[in-house]
Amino acid sequence: MNLKVQNNKAWFLVLPVLLLVAFSAVIPLMTVVNYSVQDIFDNSRVYVGTEWYREVLNDPRLQASLIRQFIFSGSVLLIEIPLGILVALMMPTKGRMASLCLVVLAMPLLIPWNVVGTIWQIFGRADIGLMGAFLNGIGVNYNYASNPTDAWFTVLLMDVWHWTSLVALLCYSGLRAIPDAYYQAAKIDQASAWAVFRYIQLPKLRNVLVIGVLLRFMDSFMIYAEPFVLTGGGPGNSTTFLSQTLTKMAIGQFDLGPAAAFSLVYFLIVLLVSWLFFTTITHLDNKK
Amino acid sequence: MAEIHLESLAHSYLEQPTKPEDYAIREMNHVWEQGGAYALLGPSGCGKSTLLNIISGLLNPSEGTVKFDQKNVNGLQPNQRNIAQVFQFPVVYDSMSVFDNLAFPLRNLKYPKDRIEKKVQEIADVLELGDLLHRRANNLTADEKQKVSMGRGLVRDDVSAILFDEPLTVIDPHLKWKLRRKLKQIHEKFNITMVYVTHDQLEASTFADKIALMYEGQIVQFGTPQELFEEPEHTFVGYFIGSPGMNIIEVSIDDSHAVFDNIRIPLAQGLIGQLTKKLSVISSSNIKIGIRPEFVAVLDESADNSYECSVLDVENLGTYKILTLQLGEQKIKARIDEDQIAPTEKAFVLFPEQSLKLYLDDYLVREESI
Repeated sequence: MNLKVQNNKAWFLVLPVLLLVAFSAVIPLMTVVNYSVQDIFDNSRVYVGTEWYREVLNDPRLQASLIRQFIFSGSVLLIEIPLGILVALMMPTKGRMASLCLVVLAMPLLIPWNVVGTIWQIFGRADIGLMGAFLNGIGVNYNYASNPTDAWFTVLLMDVWHWTSLVALLCYSGLRAIPDAYYQAAKIDQASAWAVFRYIQLPKLRNVLVIGVLLRFMDSFMIYAEPFVLTGGGPGNSTTFLSQTLTKMAIGQFDLGPAAAFSLVYFLIVLLVSWLFFTTITHLDNKK
Repeated sequence: MAEIHLESLAHSYLEQPTKPEDYAIREMNHVWEQGGAYALLGPSGCGKSTLLNIISGLLNPSEGTVKFDQKNVNGLQPNQRNIAQVFQFPVVYDSMSVFDNLAFPLRNLKYPKDRIEKKVQEIADVLELGDLLHRRANNLTADEKQKVSMGRGLVRDDVSAILFDEPLTVIDPHLKWKLRRKLKQIHEKFNITMVYVTHDQLEASTFADKIALMYEGQIVQFGTPQELFEEPEHTFVGYFIGSPGMNIIEVSIDDSHAVFDNIRIPLAQGLIGQLTKKLSVISSSNIKIGIRPEFVAVLDESADNSYECSVLDVENLGTYKILTLQLGEQKIKARIDEDQIAPTEKAFVLFPEQSLKLYLDDYLVREESI
């Protein structure tokens, strides 16, 4: 016996959000998919199948910038995550100093990205920049405009300066959420400072760190404005990352088809890496 | 192993305490002897947990000293005092297994591996955690977690003392009794000083040899459960211990009688003498008499020195009955056996002299010892 009333009118309630998502995400994305399988030239369009995909995947320029991108994001994570945790651990827990630290830490996060690029562009200049001129003054031959190592160093330093605060703030909030009882129990159990960190703080920071790693991976993987303003991708192509390569392709050369195919590959890489990371972490947690 | 002395100890959470009410712990002197099983009993907010945290070193007292075996330990951290404490709500290290949790304090103390294994196994057996040793601690139920929490306090056999801060709050009632028995067994086996904080008098009297009863930041009585029951040194002890608590009646004194509502109750000569002596030093009109419901004799007929009262209520609690009686303007409780027939309208009560207590400013007046 089926007493359930068949009424699917509730689906109409989903309609507004469906429209919203369609216009803000699905339709633009589908346009890109559409472009990626066609050759567009003035008003003529030719269907080319997977040709653009094969082309971009075999393009050595793109491969090189993909490798650079992974090295960059990896370095960013390796530096910013431990540094952020360290900063959070060293911050005062209450009082005026705590508020002051929070304000100072939040500052870099409030500066527009291209302004950050400009700040470092000037700060690092070998002739007049505070850091650049100082380094040269003490005998270090430093010039980010001509030396790829210096350029990498500056871009990384800039990103660390700009984004470590985010990790630190996330960790700080995570640390504040640990009940006092844990610290008291650890004191009673004669735990060393390292044991407190390893067995209490770090496990309790797990969730905020997952978010921190994901955010920092995605953001650094999509970085554009800061290195663009700072080095313009140079010297040579040494600091040209994926999004800059993409922009050159789409806007500079107007290769819409390959650029569309590449955008999708780019998007899938970000999605795949984030998904892999997230599932591995969640899986590890459930296994025990 | 240590004897713990509290000397002129006081604590206030305020920076500049002025009134006595500003103190969470009012000035006290107290000794916890080595190897004793003690309960610290009192209502919520009386300062029990504060006192416990001061003993363990989580909190520094604002005044006075804590001594372990005559050594001043003020300012020493809990790890330097070598003390174990179990908290009201379970604290387990989520990322570790039950075994690692129990082994954690021992590993921090750099015990040899085989000794850790033996000790953990021993405690796991006592607490019946044997089957769970390799489970991860965050998947346990609340009472399993609390057992782990307790286990971490119990694995160390070299501690000065083990302090329990209402450890059985989150435990199921049927397990509570069992765990209390376990603690008692562990106490007997290892002869470690244990201080057990609770607000439950039954818990206190089943666990402890001696109970310290706290009220408004002070230990108002320290004695065996029987002493607390029979000789309450403070009206609060009378009220708090026993179910129902002591009948306490405000009285005035007239010619060696306690008088209230035109009822005159004769007092022992020794008591009167002592009271007069005390009143010559301090003047106070705060005089009370107290008698436990268990000691009030209820009769059907008038007898010598009996007082007539009307029966307001009879509660049958299975093995005994509680009568609520009106005597003058006062309501008093009396406890009678289940086989005694409860009077329905009128009853006569007797207050046996040796059970009738006299209080001046809420503190017991004892008979002069001759």
